[in-house]
Amino acid sequence: MELLVSSAIGILTAVGIYLMLRGRSFPIILGITFLSYAVNLFLFSMGRLTIDAPPIYQPGGTTYADPVPQALVLTAIVISFGMSALIVVMALRGYLETGSDHTRLSAMEDETGQSTSQADTPAAPRNGDRA
Amino acid sequence: MMLWLVPLLPMIGALLPPMLIRTGRSACANTAAFVSIVTLGLLLSRARDVFNSEVEIFTLPWVQQIGLNFSFRLDPLSLFFASMILIIGILVIIYARYYLNRTDPMGRFYAYLLLFQGAMLGVVLSDNLILLLIFWEMTSLTSFLLIGFWRKEKEARRGARMALVVTGGGGLALIGGLVLLGQIAGSYEISHILEQGDVIKASPYYVPALILILLGAFTKSAQFPFHFWLPHAMAAPTPVSAYLHSATMVKAGIFLMARLWPALAGTETWFLIVAPVGLITMAMAAWIAMFKDDLKGLLAFSTISHLGLVTMLLGFGTPMAAVVAVFHILNHATFKAALFMSAGIVDHEAGTRNMKRLGGLLWIMPITGTLSLIAAAAMAGVPFLNGFLSKEMMLEEAAHTVYPGLPWLFPVGVTLAALFSVAYSARFAIATFLGPKRDDYPSSKPHDPPIGMWLPVALLVAPVIAIGIMPQQVVGKTLALIAGAVIGGPLPDYYLALWHGLTPALFMSFIAFAGGALLYVYLPRLVGQLATVPRPDGRALFEATLDISVKTSRRIIGVLHAGSLTRYLRITFVAILLFGFYAIWTTPAYEGERPMLPVNASALVAWFTLVAISIMVVIRQSERLLALILTSAVGVVVALTFIQFSAPDLALTQISVDVVTTILMLLALNLLPKKTPDEDSLYARWRDGIVAVTAGFGVAALSYGIMTRNGPTDIAEYYIATAKPGGGGTNVVNVILVDFRGFDTFSEIIVLGIAAISIFALLDVKLKDAAVRRLRAMLPKEDASDAHPLLLVVATRVLLPLSMLVGVYLFLRGHNQPGGGFVAGLVIAIGLIMQYIASGYTWGAKRLHLDPQTAIGAGVAIAGVAGLVPLLFDDPFLTTTFTYVELPIVGEFELASAMIFDLGVALTVIGVMVLTLSRLARVEQRVDPAPDTRHAMDIPLEKAVPPAAELIATSTDGKD
Repeated sequence: MELLVSSAIGILTAVGIYLMLRGRSFPIILGITFLSYAVNLFLFSMGRLTIDAPPIYQPGGTTYADPVPQALVLTAIVISFGMSALIVVMALRGYLETGSDHTRLSAMEDETGQSTSQADTPAAPRNGDRA
Repeated sequence: MMLWLVPLLPMIGALLPPMLIRTGRSACANTAAFVSIVTLGLLLSRARDVFNSEVEIFTLPWVQQIGLNFSFRLDPLSLFFASMILIIGILVIIYARYYLNRTDPMGRFYAYLLLFQGAMLGVVLSDNLILLLIFWEMTSLTSFLLIGFWRKEKEARRGARMALVVTGGGGLALIGGLVLLGQIAGSYEISHILEQGDVIKASPYYVPALILILLGAFTKSAQFPFHFWLPHAMAAPTPVSAYLHSATMVKAGIFLMARLWPALAGTETWFLIVAPVGLITMAMAAWIAMFKDDLKGLLAFSTISHLGLVTMLLGFGTPMAAVVAVFHILNHATFKAALFMSAGIVDHEAGTRNMKRLGGLLWIMPITGTLSLIAAAAMAGVPFLNGFLSKEMMLEEAAHTVYPGLPWLFPVGVTLAALFSVAYSARFAIATFLGPKRDDYPSSKPHDPPIGMWLPVALLVAPVIAIGIMPQQVVGKTLALIAGAVIGGPLPDYYLALWHGLTPALFMSFIAFAGGALLYVYLPRLVGQLATVPRPDGRALFEATLDISVKTSRRIIGVLHAGSLTRYLRITFVAILLFGFYAIWTTPAYEGERPMLPVNASALVAWFTLVAISIMVVIRQSERLLALILTSAVGVVVALTFIQFSAPDLALTQISVDVVTTILMLLALNLLPKKTPDEDSLYARWRDGIVAVTAGFGVAALSYGIMTRNGPTDIAEYYIATAKPGGGGTNVVNVILVDFRGFDTFSEIIVLGIAAISIFALLDVKLKDAAVRRLRAMLPKEDASDAHPLLLVVATRVLLPLSMLVGVYLFLRGHNQPGGGFVAGLVIAIGLIMQYIASGYTWGAKRLHLDPQTAIGAGVAIAGVAGLVPLLFDDPFLTTTFTYVELPIVGEFELASAMIFDLGVALTVIGVMVLTLSRLARVEQRVDPAPDTRHAMDIPLEKAVPPAAELIATSTDGKD
């Protein structure tokens, strides 16, 4: 069972990182979700695996799952929602403002045909020509 | 006495002038002066004890781990400097009242000035090296503000920046030096360090510590080769120059050398470094001063020269030289502050500070002229004035100081410097005030200023004469006390007097006067030839260094900050991988001794599902909707895993959050491109794939290694054992959340609230131009024929009370059984969100009498108050109490104060979810505030307003 869980964590991590390394905002959001699953499971597994022994106190009970990682993961789940939501909204707003969901500045400029860094250089002829 | 109040009072008082400026300029200036006078009174109330040789020390432990204490020390030396800072400060405040223009923001000026004053007082009164450093840095910062006060002027900004870079850079060296010093002495308390002189000087770290400390002192006191910042700082308003450069800022370095004199001085290294630096500064600056046409420029270099003089004397390392140094600090402060103020008066009245355009001012400004002439004479060292006395004593000391290998260096050097100073003093006096009256001053009618402006000058000139005539009677005892505090031992045998007989010093003085007079006469002719003599110009070097560092930084940023998130992430992941691999490589074995659980069929099915989904997501990720749905399926598998391994709370939370997250992403995807273009090269995919798979293997190996070992269980056992008796609940996870680690949960809900409000801020802004165009393009071209399916509407409305009930149930039982505030909040929020989805935003918003922002605020507030109440009973923050209540039907149940806390959690969660999703659902409203009631298949439970009327009412605004 431990092997199954740890390999699942590994797979989720791999998918999460692979998606996060894509150059567009939506795959990155999905990647973050995958990585959150992986991290939550990983944290949870720090309490070792226990079957049929929830950490709910019973008189006379002897075996319980470790409640500490569970408490940590519970808040982590809720917080990762907050984080995902913020990133989703930032991606959305960024897309609406720039017209591109690229996360690489040069690719974004190529796509939208305008320099997003006018403040630094007075003119960027490379892109200005195209616009 | 509350000694600590002395530095703090001006800093607190700095708040007053900006507030009072509305009541008038005089009120503003008077308040600033009043603050300084009160501080001075506070200080002088202890002067008598200090005169009785009592050293007062105030200590309050602050951060003892690093040796930082809030400790102050009042002895003759600190009293002397503190009174000088305050007395000249008061005079400068009065003077500035008349000097500043109506257009100058006076409130800000006095605020900066008082802040600076407080910082300076802190430097001289600190008895702790680290505390001293803090104040030292504050003087650098506040002087930056003061020098750059006329922020519109380029010269002021440049001067301020240069002063900050040079003194701040010296401050960095000083940090190192003082830390070394504290480590050598075993304490950061100055009182202790002063007694450790022998230990310090014998330490192998003495030389590095000394060099670093001297770097700090030399930069601050504008010693060669760091002198160049001071003349550029003259771009400041004249009161600032008078204050910073006569009495305070530049004296800080001198003060530090005097303060640490018993601990550092007297060694050969000290003499070999400090004395020549002082001599070079003194001679070079006096030389440059002769060629300055600007009054303030001349005075600035003269100040550098006098600072060099004091540094040189301290560098001699003999007790007698230290006495002379102290005496000269006192004398210089009086005449130099007077001269700076006179220069300001001349500038103010005649409209220029250029000596080529001045002359004969004595005849039209008799008071200012007379006072300035006396002060200038003191600067030159004319007998019967205080400058003469300390200069004679200095010459005497220098006459028999021998520099190894160059026995003539000091006698000749100081004579030359004295000669130059006679010449520039003569130039200052004659070119400005004597000579024929002119009628082409830039300002038409110069005349003596109001008394407020010349009185401070007069008050400073008075001691110049008094000390000059009767030194022993006026300052004899004071000087002895201060010098005693510097030396920290018995005083040398000396007597202050005008006439010491025919000494070498008298002879040197005579040469200086004769030569100086001659030089002055021939100066105009020499200017052309001598000005070509190269002068050390630190400014060019400074600018070049600054230029190079800016360019280098740009280049580094250009390489590192490539504007590619993907690249940053890749670098981060690879770096983590390298560290992780090192760790795994060096671990002997990663399979532990703990027996594994047997695999069951359902687990296998779940595992295969997960693998299949993951592969699907990677292959089909360009179809975003599909990838999203597959991702949410993973959430279900994760929730099942939690159930399998005894974590019902987690499973509940995971499944509810999964619902909300999926809805959120669907809403976002609605406005984003639906496909990811197939643009990555095969190489990029393989590269990222290798990174990802390697990371996956690493994480899997790590968790496998941990899960197959038995870990410490004592924390878990403690929580399980204490949950019921201590927290009153049997659901240990919930008790941990609301009780044991309630502070964590409290911060979590605050973070959640901040995230939601940031989302609100990001989406509540009215979109403009291009963004509007893109949003329109993204919106579906045609409305769905049935936007609010009747079946869905009915189902969600039936579900609403049910979900509320389930939420309340989960909430109430949460302390003892799986449930609790987080889950309850999520379930209720989902119930509410379903209404928005099914019946439309407008319908939902109209009927939900709960403002989500209010819910977030109220939730955090309730949780906070629930945590604060125990404080009333002297219990720590977030302590819970509980009792058992008997209710009919329900039976006995327990009522814990933690429940109130949990209620706050639930409310915050509801607010966050509803706010986030509802805002995202109506982003298009930012463009077209069109009602979405058009297709609302509302069930007419009552006679509703006809939709058409609403349509007209709301669509009139903003629809184009």
